[in-house]
Amino acid sequence: MIPAIRVRQVTKRFGSVQALAGIDLDVEQGEFFGLLGPNGAGKTTLISALAGLVRLDSGQIAITGHDVIKDYRQARRQLGVVPQELVFDPFFTVRETLDFQCGYFGIGKSRERDAWIDEILENLDLSSKANANMRSLSGGMKRRVLVAQALAHRPPVIVLDEPTAGVDVELRQTLWQFIRRLNRDGHTVVLTTHYLEEAESLCSRIAMLKAGRVVALDTTVSLLQRFSAHTLRLRLTPGAALPAALAQRAEIKDSVCSIAFDHFAEIEPLLAELRTSGCGLNELEIGQPDLEEVFVRVMHERGETR
Amino acid sequence: MTGFSALLYKEVLRFWKVGFQTVAAPVITALLYLLIFSHVLEAHVQVYENVSYTAFLIPGLVMMSMLQNAFANSSSSLIQSKVTGSIIFVLLPPISYQAFYLAYVLAAVIRGISVGIGVLLATLWFAHLDCREPLWIIIFALLGGGIMGSLGVIGGIWADKFDQLAAFQNFIIMPLTFLSGVFYSIHSLPPFWQQVSHWNPIFYMIDGFRYGFFGVADVSPWLSFGIVGLCFVLLSALTLAMLKRGYKLRA
Repeated sequence: MIPAIRVRQVTKRFGSVQALAGIDLDVEQGEFFGLLGPNGAGKTTLISALAGLVRLDSGQIAITGHDVIKDYRQARRQLGVVPQELVFDPFFTVRETLDFQCGYFGIGKSRERDAWIDEILENLDLSSKANANMRSLSGGMKRRVLVAQALAHRPPVIVLDEPTAGVDVELRQTLWQFIRRLNRDGHTVVLTTHYLEEAESLCSRIAMLKAGRVVALDTTVSLLQRFSAHTLRLRLTPGAALPAALAQRAEIKDSVCSIAFDHFAEIEPLLAELRTSGCGLNELEIGQPDLEEVFVRVMHERGETR
Repeated sequence: MTGFSALLYKEVLRFWKVGFQTVAAPVITALLYLLIFSHVLEAHVQVYENVSYTAFLIPGLVMMSMLQNAFANSSSSLIQSKVTGSIIFVLLPPISYQAFYLAYVLAAVIRGISVGIGVLLATLWFAHLDCREPLWIIIFALLGGGIMGSLGVIGGIWADKFDQLAAFQNFIIMPLTFLSGVFYSIHSLPPFWQQVSHWNPIFYMIDGFRYGFFGVADVSPWLSFGIVGLCFVLLSALTLAMLKRGYKLRA
């Protein structure tokens, strides 16, 4: 199957800053893909390149097989982008904004178009604001309209550049519910976010970018397995000390000892060792592997090796 | 519906929604110019035989208002969407650079002509105006609007801030417009300034437009047509080249 997004050897420099330093990436059709990285890693530049907003120094990008430069019309029809910045045109109402957006993609006024706009408005909880001027909307509402605009032409590939930055819990839930549904219906979704728990729960595969390069690319499950582990967190009774063998493995912070392990079968011998040594416990907790730990490790390790 | 028609409709609706500012206000300004200049000069100046000064002034004011507003439309729309970031909504869709150019320039022409008609209707009460060669009137209105609409696109794309655009407007467009023979015939100027006026393309727009009303002008309407037409072609080519390259629009 043709990948939803194919990025090959893409480079882009802004003055002295190498924003993209040779990116290779495939996003398969129907995937929920995460693009993570610290600020300045090149995520937004890469998204801008997908959308044709940035001219590449070298390399190629294709959206569902359509080159973003040579076949830009088809490529752009396949793509819906929710920009990071909260931008809006203050002259128009929400419905006018969406009508224009459909028109820009060559979708004429029809019952089908109106029904789709109504469906988007309803799913994003915007129906009551359809005839409100954009200026009168709250920040969260404006963010919803940005999502609606990106979906107006029913693109098979949806790119969301930090769509939940600074928005309330309710919008996040509504938004993810809708985006998950679109993904189930076959839309490819690419997400950048700084909320790593969102990426962990939504994305089946993740690329991590640093200084314009892909430093990790794998399924979310594999990344968690490779770079993170379960941890046994122990709070000891006052005066107690870990046995020497365990103390070597433990990380101690704020009087909590964390011991990493890979398999649950390791817990019983660990606890037995504690019991034998007479080490008293006040609290015991098992921590799950999380993407934040993966992210920190990848950024730290891959940064050092270059 | 095509991307072009949607963008054109959006651009027209944009200025129409604030019609008091974009259409009514320039009509009032032109009317004030007419009242003041005709009051002061009507008894002292007669440029063409059998044409009162007030009648002479009206086509000049109509054209000047059309030109200024055509420029204002495309330039303000572009700078505003650049500064607010909403330009992204017209850069993401598959709109060709030619369609982009046509939509912005045509919307500018439509605003210019709307203001022009408004000024004409508001000032007709003050003098009898002939309409000898209506085709020239239409040709110069369209070409003048097209030139200023193109210049507006260039200015709007080039400027990064509102004050840069204001400088473009106040130091280039405004002097060229005011010194183009709106208020006088260039024959009344000293020879040196007559020569200088011949380098001002806006002079030919106004002179040709005025010829359409009175059948007389400072230079032949064909010469004006040639120069104005050439300016339109050159500016369109420059604007299209900028848009094709994505100058200041696509990083």
